[in-house]
Amino acid sequence: MIDTRAISWRFFKVWKRNLVTFQKIWKVNFITPLLEPLLFIAAFGLGFAGLVGTVRYGGAEFSYTAFIAPALLATAVMNNAFFETTYASFVRMYYQKTFDGMLATPLSIEEIIIAEIVWSATKAAAAAGIMLGVLSAFGYVRYPSGLLVIPLAFLGGAAFGAIGLFFTGVIPTIEMFNLPIFLFVTPMFLFSGTFFPVSNLPMWAKPLALAFPLYHLVELTRFSCLGRHETVPLLSVLYLVVFAVLFSALALLFMRRRLIK
Amino acid sequence: MQPIIEVQHLFKKYHDVTAVDGISFTVGSGEFFGLLGPNGAGKTTTIRMLYAFSPPTRGIIRIFGMDIAREWRKIKARIGVCQQDNTLDPDLTVEQNLIVFAGYFSIPSKEAKARARELLEFFALSGRRGAKVMDLSGGMIRRLILARSLINRPELLILDEPTTGLDPQSRHQVWDRLEKLKASGLSVVLTTHYMEEASQLCDRLVIVDHGKILVEGSPADLILKHAGRSVIEIGGPDQALRDYLKAHEVPHDDLGRRIILYTPDGNELSNAVRDNFCHQQCTFRTGTLEDVFLRLTGRELRE
Repeated sequence: MIDTRAISWRFFKVWKRNLVTFQKIWKVNFITPLLEPLLFIAAFGLGFAGLVGTVRYGGAEFSYTAFIAPALLATAVMNNAFFETTYASFVRMYYQKTFDGMLATPLSIEEIIIAEIVWSATKAAAAAGIMLGVLSAFGYVRYPSGLLVIPLAFLGGAAFGAIGLFFTGVIPTIEMFNLPIFLFVTPMFLFSGTFFPVSNLPMWAKPLALAFPLYHLVELTRFSCLGRHETVPLLSVLYLVVFAVLFSALALLFMRRRLIK
Repeated sequence: MQPIIEVQHLFKKYHDVTAVDGISFTVGSGEFFGLLGPNGAGKTTTIRMLYAFSPPTRGIIRIFGMDIAREWRKIKARIGVCQQDNTLDPDLTVEQNLIVFAGYFSIPSKEAKARARELLEFFALSGRRGAKVMDLSGGMIRRLILARSLINRPELLILDEPTTGLDPQSRHQVWDRLEKLKASGLSVVLTTHYMEEASQLCDRLVIVDHGKILVEGSPADLILKHAGRSVIEIGGPDQALRDYLKAHEVPHDDLGRRIILYTPDGNELSNAVRDNFCHQQCTFRTGTLEDVFLRLTGRELRE
């Protein structure tokens, strides 16, 4: 099913292509991760925190903004990677026929798929890096463990990028991305311990949250930024690795079916 | 000498549709080879198998003496492909398109820049080096795709309808460049709908229909064999002409309001027709590849 001879470091050339186009509008690309955390902190820190007060998480008390700051990082990772391999990859695949052009060179479909996922992870890690800087300025990040956020963002980005590309492989038209966003991204955004600890959820809902990759990424960013956690961090890392590998394989399978005629 | 391309008993099936139905051909070194056929004849499917984009259902393709199923990467490094669709990168400039593409062939960036400059010069695009692909005209886009397909200095160039949709000026400019490439000894496989293009450029060609090869030969030989050196088109034919043609067993196509006669040269038939049957409108002309094509593949629409 997967031809190992078709996988080489050549995928890096496709990754570089995406970097070149990213650099063209780097100012725009950097504005979002710079301003987004400010927006959330303003809304929650000024408006919402008064209602909530402090949050008890992992056996310690945190201000509400400190509690959600790491979750903002994780959510940004999800959005950056997922939107890159859904809308952006779909445009490259379907409208721009970029992959068709690449397949007339020594590149393989495997390398193109890997490059798209690795690129989305890179983009997510870059956004996380910028946000980390902003959040550090507000004192929401503990160091040196906070630096772990960047490699963790890359791992989480690979997981969300892989499932995004899997959707790109199966979805008939670009409008239909609304469906995985509504059914997958939005529930995850709300129920992954982002805005309230999962320990507050009723018993029956907890396993559901535990199945979400975003929950594990939030756990890991909180562990890095706050030094506290609800689950075993290593298990969360393992979960994300398995998730990324599984959906990369599925993305390859369905993208190959879609592109190679 | 070893052929550049050897295709043996090639089949391609999609579910229950057979797009390519057992074709075999070879292309020699330095040869300009045409693959002609109506829409849906299996040209693009064949071409895609030649550059290892689609895997064949059955059959063997050897390029540069290597089996494409196993050594696709080595083969793809040595061929240039000009696809039918515009696969240029709209996010990049004209020059970046060439340089980034060179990267896919692992050409070092300094070398890629030099080659890009050279190719832009050759295709008269130097002035648009920094332009966005979106801002180029149709002719420029084609030339840029051609330039890009030469970035790896290929030994074999595969062209899938390189001039479709171009205005006559742009088309002639592309032909001029292809003539130059041909003169340099490059081996080329071309598909096209323009018979004039095939006549002018191809050393040898095949006409395919319904996934099968109908004929093979040089344009001149095919015209001589399947259309005749001279052709007479008669408008408003009457029954007398029809009877005459039937009696003398003259090869012709009866289109109702027009009859096309395929006559050997210097035949008294031409004179007889001229004297007796040219009531309304008569055109005497030489046979063309278009005559061959229409005679062999029929005149009904393909959609």
